[in-house]
Formats: sequence, structure tokens, C-alpha cells
Amino acid sequence: MSDTVLFAFEAAINGLTVGIMYSLVALGFVLIFKASGIFNFAQGVMALFAALTLVGLQEGAIPFAHLINATFGTSIHHFGFNIPTLIAIPLTIAVMVGFAWLVERIVLKHLVNQEPIILFMATIGLAYFLEGLGDIMWGAEVKRLDVGLPQGGNIWFEENTQWLGFGNENFYGFYIDTLNLYALVIAAILVTALVIFSQYTKQGRALRAVADDHQAALSVGISLRFIWVLTWSIAGIVALVAGIMWGSKSGVQFSLSLIALKALPVLILGGFTSIPGAIVGGLLIGVGEKLFDFFMQPIIGGATENWFAYMLALAFLLFRPQGLFGEKIIERV
Amino acid sequence: MLYREAGDFKSTYPSDNQTFPIRFDRYAYWALIGFAFLVVPFLLTDYWANSIVIPLLIYVIAALGLNILIGYCGQLSLGTGAFMAVGAYATFKLTTAFPWMPIYIVFILAGLVTAAVGVLFGLPSLKIKGFYLAVATLAAQFFLIWLFTRVGWFFNDSATGMISMPERTVFGVLVTGPAASAMAVYMTCLVFVVGMAWLARNLTRGTVGRTWMSIRDMDIAAEIIGVNPLIAKLTAFAVSSFFVGVAGALLFGVYLGAAEAGEAFGINKSFLVLFMVIIGGLGSILGSFLGAAFLIVLPVLLKVFLVDALGWPADLARHLEVMIIGALIVLVLIVEPHGMAALWRTAKEKLRLWPFPH
Amino acid sequence: MTVEQREQVPMLDTQTEGYVTADGRQIGGVVMELKNITLRFGGVVAIKDISFDIRHGEIRAIIGPNGAGKSSMLNVISGFYNPQEGELIYKGYKRPQMRPYKVSRMGIARTFQNIALFEGMSVLDNIMTGRMHHMKAGFLSQAFWWGAAAREEAENREAVEKIIDFLEIQAIRKTPVSRLPYGLKKRVELARALAAEPQILLLDEPMAGMNVEEKEDMSRFILDVNDEFGTTTVLIEHDMGVVMDLSDRVVVMDYGKKIGDGTPEEVMNNQDVIDAYLGVSHD
Repeated sequence: MSDTVLFAFEAAINGLTVGIMYSLVALGFVLIFKASGIFNFAQGVMALFAALTLVGLQEGAIPFAHLINATFGTSIHHFGFNIPTLIAIPLTIAVMVGFAWLVERIVLKHLVNQEPIILFMATIGLAYFLEGLGDIMWGAEVKRLDVGLPQGGNIWFEENTQWLGFGNENFYGFYIDTLNLYALVIAAILVTALVIFSQYTKQGRALRAVADDHQAALSVGISLRFIWVLTWSIAGIVALVAGIMWGSKSGVQFSLSLIALKALPVLILGGFTSIPGAIVGGLLIGVGEKLFDFFMQPIIGGATENWFAYMLALAFLLFRPQGLFGEKIIERV
Repeated sequence: MLYREAGDFKSTYPSDNQTFPIRFDRYAYWALIGFAFLVVPFLLTDYWANSIVIPLLIYVIAALGLNILIGYCGQLSLGTGAFMAVGAYATFKLTTAFPWMPIYIVFILAGLVTAAVGVLFGLPSLKIKGFYLAVATLAAQFFLIWLFTRVGWFFNDSATGMISMPERTVFGVLVTGPAASAMAVYMTCLVFVVGMAWLARNLTRGTVGRTWMSIRDMDIAAEIIGVNPLIAKLTAFAVSSFFVGVAGALLFGVYLGAAEAGEAFGINKSFLVLFMVIIGGLGSILGSFLGAAFLIVLPVLLKVFLVDALGWPADLARHLEVMIIGALIVLVLIVEPHGMAALWRTAKEKLRLWPFPH
Repeated sequence: MTVEQREQVPMLDTQTEGYVTADGRQIGGVVMELKNITLRFGGVVAIKDISFDIRHGEIRAIIGPNGAGKSSMLNVISGFYNPQEGELIYKGYKRPQMRPYKVSRMGIARTFQNIALFEGMSVLDNIMTGRMHHMKAGFLSQAFWWGAAAREEAENREAVEKIIDFLEIQAIRKTPVSRLPYGLKKRVELARALAAEPQILLLDEPMAGMNVEEKEDMSRFILDVNDEFGTTTVLIEHDMGVVMDLSDRVVVMDYGKKIGDGTPEEVMNNQDVIDAYLGVSHD
């Protein structure tokens, strides 16, 4: 096979793995949107915050150390002990659940019945707040996150795909990060778990009831507030998973919260209310932007990943506004 | 007992409909204008001009523009930064291509160019709304910035990829370039702010404003009672982009002097202006002034208190600022969705009755 | 012929003869004729082959049980829904498919079942919005508030103030609509529709959710409007007493079909209508 086709394939495979990240963030969006109609712009920052917290706990860093040092002239940074990953992860989950509870208490409770656009803007505010909080709590420098996931390329995959070159001497098989393979598996597990949860448990049923009709759910005795805390907690856990994946790959840093922006076009493709949509949309965008860049780079220059996803989403909005899997909206007066 | 409307009877509809129906407000307004034109220029130091007054004036224009779109017409845009970039790059191209062109005309033309681009990216608003539209405007944000940093024509193939403003004069006074005096820059910005606030007020008080607001409040009903949604939305996008474009032109032309699209007009600019509009007050011209003032002054204040007085590291102060802004946005939306302008209105209503509230 | 030109065409008092109502008002010829209208949403038939006419100056009621297709009928008249079959003859011309705002420009104004006021605007601004078609000042004139814009604003304000006086809402003219109680909102909505000086006024359940006094007020306003401006009115209402008192002719709908048409007395004695209201087994 020719070099171009092989390289295009490799670009597509890379795109798939980036797409998984988009899918994970988009998944958090969908969960919250379904349960509360809120378009949670802070989802990406939640991933950043969760990852920061995880690293901070692992390293035994003192929260707000910078702030304390600046205020009292001290110079403290660490407790002096490390927390093992297996304990740090549940602790981080606890923090995210606490955050969900606070969001419900302080923000959502007061914004019930507001227009979606107001709620959306509120979550932009929330994103800013959380970003500032994360930086102040744990410091803003790029951190290395290691939870024991393997690094580097996958030799097995590379060796076993070499035959695809059909004798092409420049081709040594497809390169793929082992981490990305793990991400794929973990995402699959996560989605399966969520589907099982929402289809087969009492809480899951309540969740779907709320998603369908708030008023009706309230009237049969479902606590809306509990459901909100629950969904935000789940979204927090999904964010943690996304944070771990992205953080292990390229370090915990601000760019993590920018993938939230990419999740928006993913949602438009997949539909705001569809879990499979989020996954498929993420993969499509990931592959699409890599392939587009691969083929268009010689013609219009690189870095088209910056806007490709949004332009694709725009095209979709014009021709199929409800997304691939969303439901059609009928307007009435 | 100054603030009274009793006895101030209106006998014609125009006088009942004026911008400041209460006499005291009218006087205060003219006093403020006089102060801004006749007193401030002579008091202005370089520090005040560069850190507060000039950015404030420029962002007032941007906030007015975005407020027309979001606050009056209800169309959310996250592409403000890119539209400011359009204004800036149009200014650059026009001044370098037509060196004879008067600079004020250039700024206005830059606004018109931005208006055209704004209409183009506003077209999807005819089919989509709410945060769907927000995503469409994100496409504008990222695509335009990519274009400005990648295509050499836009920055005249300069080696650094930056655009820089040549020197231009108005009535023989230098207004652009590093050698321009603070007073000249200030007066330029002030003239634009006053002129554009007046335009904004005119547009929002009459038929155009009412069609925008009707689309914002209930678009389907608006169409059924006779509002053409196409015209309403596209004029909102055009006017809004015109304002934002002029703000971008001024930011680049008289304030920054040199700029690179990704850095000066990134997504953070979009959020900054959005926050000004939310905090100041959606659907209020006064709110645009208050919001811009607040978000320009806040970082300066934090820097003065925390960094200069308490000796905090600068990045910590900046993070705190981000946190405070985020919290404020949430707070404003919970407590008073119409922002500082609504607080001001409530205060005035109290003042009207003071000291006898019953 | 463009929409604007057609607007100028005088009322066609065609071959149809007018009639004189019970209280002695002279009703003119046909303003609008609906012929064999059928409206479907996917597989659901909301309106099935309905024909009736609306005459100049009359109060025409559409009644029927819930889900009979009354509101859909009104939506067809105001151009919000386009029927799949049938034609709509307005002032002697077949009206092509057009956007609702164009229909409104041809002199059809309406109110809504669930109030559709612009909540963020004052009462005055709401009513002024209804007058939009009478304001033609260009964009630049408005931007600089110079010439036509300022003049028109004052002139139309005068017209709006007449309606405000007429509907007795002077005290709330500068109040934001969101602060008004339900009954007043309904009245403001009527004011907004009247401000357009419509040829045909469509009222979708103008008295839904009102108490007796409010209903009496609203009935009086509807009669006064018809009396004073001669506005042709089409209304949907559930309160039978109101319908019988107000309307000159009544269309009765059930399951998307027309089951009766005539004066209130005729309709009251129609066996199909009685069955639809009291219930009879459909076999």
C-alpha cells in the first residue's frame, strides 16, 4: 500500500484515541443535560480540577499552600507523606461528590426555572471559579500524573500491523500509545456501567424520569435535588476518568479544560441527550479532524484541528440540528 | 430632595420618551459629559490612561456591541474576540493599503467590515438558537483566528506574524503609534464611546430595538405578530459586530499598537466581554458601561492591594481574580440577572421616594 | 402581484350578500374563505377537510371539545401552520404559502392561548411592537434618531395611547409585563393585537382562566372593539355562555372535523353538536 494511505490510516487511529477523550468529556455533558437540562460548560474544568486534586493528594500537597505562604509568610508545601493511588482515587471521588453537593446547594437550587441560556452562562462562571480554585488550591504549574497506566507506544500493536504495509519498506506497523488502548477499554467499561445503572437500578429509573419531565417526576415523589447531586457526582467521576487519561498522557495543565470546548461540537454531532451519540460523535470528530488536517495541510496549512470540529458542527446545525441521535424538536405556540 | 419627578410634567410624547425623563438625571448626564471632555484630559496621567481609562472606554464599546446581541436580541455569541480581531486586522489592512485615509474613517470602515463578517456568521442564527448558536459562534472564533495567524495576506507577511499600527494624525495631532499622547488617545476613544452609545440608545429605543427584544423574549410570537426574524437577527448581528469591530480597531490602533490574533483576541477576550455584559446588566446601555468599568478596575485593584501592598506573587492574584470573576458571574445570575444596572435602577427608585418612603 | 400591492386592494364585497344580526348590525361580505382545509402532523390529522367563511364585521366563534383542532385552525389562518390541502381565500385572492410575519402584514393579528407577551418589555413597548407595520422609518433614520424615526415614534404613540385608554390600562403603561397579573396580561395582549389595526382579529381563548368579572370586562372589550372599529373577530372560547352572547356565527369542530356552522341558536339545536358535547358512542 502507498505511504499516503498508510499515514492517513495512522492519522485516523490517532484521531480515534483523541476522540475517546472528547467522548469522555461529552459523556459528562450528556449526563447533566439529560437530568437537569443544563448545558454544563464547566465539565472540562471539572476534569482538570479532578486531576489536580488527584495529583495533589498523591503527592501529599497542602491545599492552598501558595495562599497560606503568601498571607503568612510561611513556606509550606507538602505534608511529607504520599497517598497511594488506590486511596487517592476514592478520596478524589469524594471531593467531586462534595463539589456536586455544593453546586446543587449554592447554584442550582437558586437557578431552577431560569432560562437555559442563563444556566449556561452560570456554568461558564462556575468553570472560571473552579479553574481559579484549582490553581489556588494546588498551584498552576504543569503536573505529572502517574496512576500506573503504561506509557509509550504499543509494540505488540505495531508488530502485528506491519503486514498491512504489504512489503512497503518504510512501514513498520501503526504506532499507538498503549495508554490510548487502555482509554478505549476504560471508556467502554464506563459506558456499559452507566447504561446498566440507568436501565436496571432504581436511581437510574428515577434519573430517566427526571430527564423526561421534572414536574411529573416530582409528583411521584422523586427528589429532584438528590437526582441533581447524583448526576453531578457521576459527571464528576466521569470527569476524573477523563482527567486521569488526559493527565497521564500530557500532564495535568490548563489545556485540559480546553477539551471542554471541543466537546461542544461533539455534542452537536451526537445529540445532547444521547450517550451513544456522545461516544460516536467524539470518535467522529477525533478522526475527522486528524484526517482533515492530514489531507489539507499541504493545501491550506496546518493546525486546522483548531476549528475543524466547530465548522463541522456548524454544518450539522444547518442541516440536521438535532444531531445524529437526538430527538426532533417541534415548535408550538 | 434633589431627585424628584413630581411637578416635572411631560406634555408631549417625545418628551415623555426621552432618555433621561427626570430633570436631575439630565443635568447629571450633561455634567458628566462636560467633565469627561473638558476636565479629564488635563488630569490624565499615563498610568491612569493606560491601565484604566483607555481600556475601559474601548471595552465599553465592545460590551455595548455584545449587549445588543445578547441582552437585546437574545442571541448568545462566544465569538467576540474574533470579531474584535476582524476590526483590528481590517484597520491594519486599510491603513497600510490606503495611507491617505483619515484614521477615524478607517476605524468606522473596520467596523463595517466586521459587521459584514458578523452577518455571515449570524446566518446560522436563523435556524438555531441558544447554546447551539454559541457553538456556531465558536466556529467563527477559532476559524477567524486561525485565518489571521496562518494567511500571510492578513498581516502583510510580516516575519513575526504580528500586525503593527503605523502612525496617523487627526487635525495634526498624533493619535496612533507609541508616540501618541495619552490625551489624544483618550479623546479619540471618548468621541467614539459617546457617539456609539448614542447610536446604541437610538437603535434600542425605537422599532429596531423593539423587534430585537421581541425576538429575545418570544421569537415565535414575534414572528406571528409581524416581526421578520431574518431582518431582526441579522441587523442585531450587524450592529453588534460593527460595535465590536470598532472596539477591536481601537484596541489595536490606539491602545496596543501591535497585536497577534491568537494572543490578543483569543477565546478569553470573548469571555471577558461576555462577563462585562452579564455583570453590568443584560439589555442595558448603562450596564455595558458599569460592567466594563467593573472588570477593568477589578484586576487593577487586586493588583494594587494584593501584589503591591501585601506582596503576593502576581500569578496568585491573577488566579484569585479568575475565581472572583467566576463566583461573581454565578452570584449576579442568581441574585440579579439584570446585573449592576438593575441594582442602580432599584437604588434610583428608592431615591425618588427618599426620605419619605411611604 | 406582491403582498404589499395586494394589501392595497379594497375589500371585495363580491357576490356574497351580507346579513343583519339579531342586534341589528349590518354584516358585510366574505373577507376570508377557507376551502377544504386539511392539516396533518406526520400521520395525525389535526384538521380534516374543513370549509367555512368569515364575513366583514362579524364575530365568528370556533368551538369544540379539547383537541378538536380549534387552535390549529387559528394557526392556519395566521400562517403559522401550512395546511397540506385546501385553499385560503383572503379578500378575494388565494393566499399562497407564506411566513407568518407576512400574513400579519396583510392585516391579521392575534392573541395566544398561553399568553405570548414579550415579558422583558414594558406594556407600552409591547403595544408599540404590535404597531410595527405602521412604522416605516429606515434603519439610518433610527440610528441617528433623525427625521422619520422620531416623528413616527410620536405619531404612533398617539395611536397606541388611544388603545391604552380604550382598554383602561393607562396606569400600567410603563410597567414591565412580567410584573402584571394574568388578567391584565390578557388585556395587554389584546391591546397589542389591536395596535396593528387588523382586518381580522384572532382571539385564542381570550377568557381562559379568568374569573367572572374579568370575563365580563373582556367580553365588553371584544364587543366594543367590534362596535367601534368594526373589526372582524374570530374567537375560540370554551365558555358556552360567552360564546352564545358574543358571537354572530359559530363553527363547531370535533376530532378535526366541522360538525356544525350557523348562528348560536342553530348550533345549539344541532344534534351532532349536542352529541359531541354530551358524548355519544361512536360506532
